[in-house]
Amino acid sequence: MRVVILGCGRVGARLAKMLDESGHQVSMIDENLEAFERLPEAFGGQVVLGNGIDFDILSQAGIERADALCALSNFDNTNIMASQIAREVFHVPRVITRIYDPVRQDTFRELGLETVCPTRVGVAQIEALIDIG
Amino acid sequence: MYVVVIGGGKVGYYLTKALLEERHEVLLVERDFKRARRIAEDFGQGVVLRGDGAETATLDRAGVGRADVICAVTGEDEDNLIVCQVAKRHFNVTRTIARINNPRNEEIFIRLGIDVTVSATQFIISLIEQEIPTTPFVNLLTLRSIGMEIVDLYMSDDCPWVGKRIGDLALPTDTVLSLHIRNGIRAFPSTMTLLMRGDRLIGLTSLDSEHALHEMLQPQ
Repeated sequence: MRVVILGCGRVGARLAKMLDESGHQVSMIDENLEAFERLPEAFGGQVVLGNGIDFDILSQAGIERADALCALSNFDNTNIMASQIAREVFHVPRVITRIYDPVRQDTFRELGLETVCPTRVGVAQIEALIDIG
Repeated sequence: MYVVVIGGGKVGYYLTKALLEERHEVLLVERDFKRARRIAEDFGQGVVLRGDGAETATLDRAGVGRADVICAVTGEDEDNLIVCQVAKRHFNVTRTIARINNPRNEEIFIRLGIDVTVSATQFIISLIEQEIPTTPFVNLLTLRSIGMEIVDLYMSDDCPWVGKRIGDLALPTDTVLSLHIRNGIRAFPSTMTLLMRGDRLIGLTSLDSEHALHEMLQPQ
């Protein structure tokens, strides 16, 4: 699979490493050069420095041929916009969007985005732990 | 009219000021505390709401549900897009206006349901193109609601239209050449009008035919 990952933070870099190791073709996009230091030395994928909502940057990362986009930058709105561009313009078959704000997650899930909300997941886990204790 | 402005930078500030002078009811939403306070000092407490315009809760507090228009004019295209989408989706705001920095985002904004986009970058580019008399094809105005645009065509030295009569041009569908300008003198062209080097034509074309028209003017 060809996967474009927007945001080389902890989650993005870790996902990139795993996908790369299992033989997928990975392209990373991040606005900060230092962010790519999170990738392992042996990382065999591509890195693109730039803004993830810029058509040219997405193109450089091979979005036209991508099977999936994971929008994992720290900014909800950047993730949402990049995901909508990937879906509407480049017809990427699988688009996964990280949204921290649960309310915004509801809005854009209704609009058809496949979303992950770490806030909800985190709260649910912690709540479960408190219940046990 | 009740207008909610998102983003209290320079654009938002002067937009709010102008709207207040026109006696509209305006609420400006600004994320930054200091900036929000300064705007409140200038325009009054009731005009400013401190908060993140992309948060549904903020829009709710701003009473976006009864707003006639929402204008998202922050410096970030993605924020402006999402504010307008949330306003439309959650609060049924009928008219959403978004500021765009990257002109290429215009198409995706419209496709994602934003009613009007304003791009200073695109505006300045067109102004520059209009100032350069030899630009063969300039979009003067887009009438998006009817899918038409007004264009300014210049007959350069190597323009394939030079030496032809307007009636002999195989114009794309929905294209009309309405005004002919030669040496600053305007005339309404007929099919017999012979085109010469340096002539200009003002025409109407549909958004679908724009590309074909543009191509026709390219040197062979």
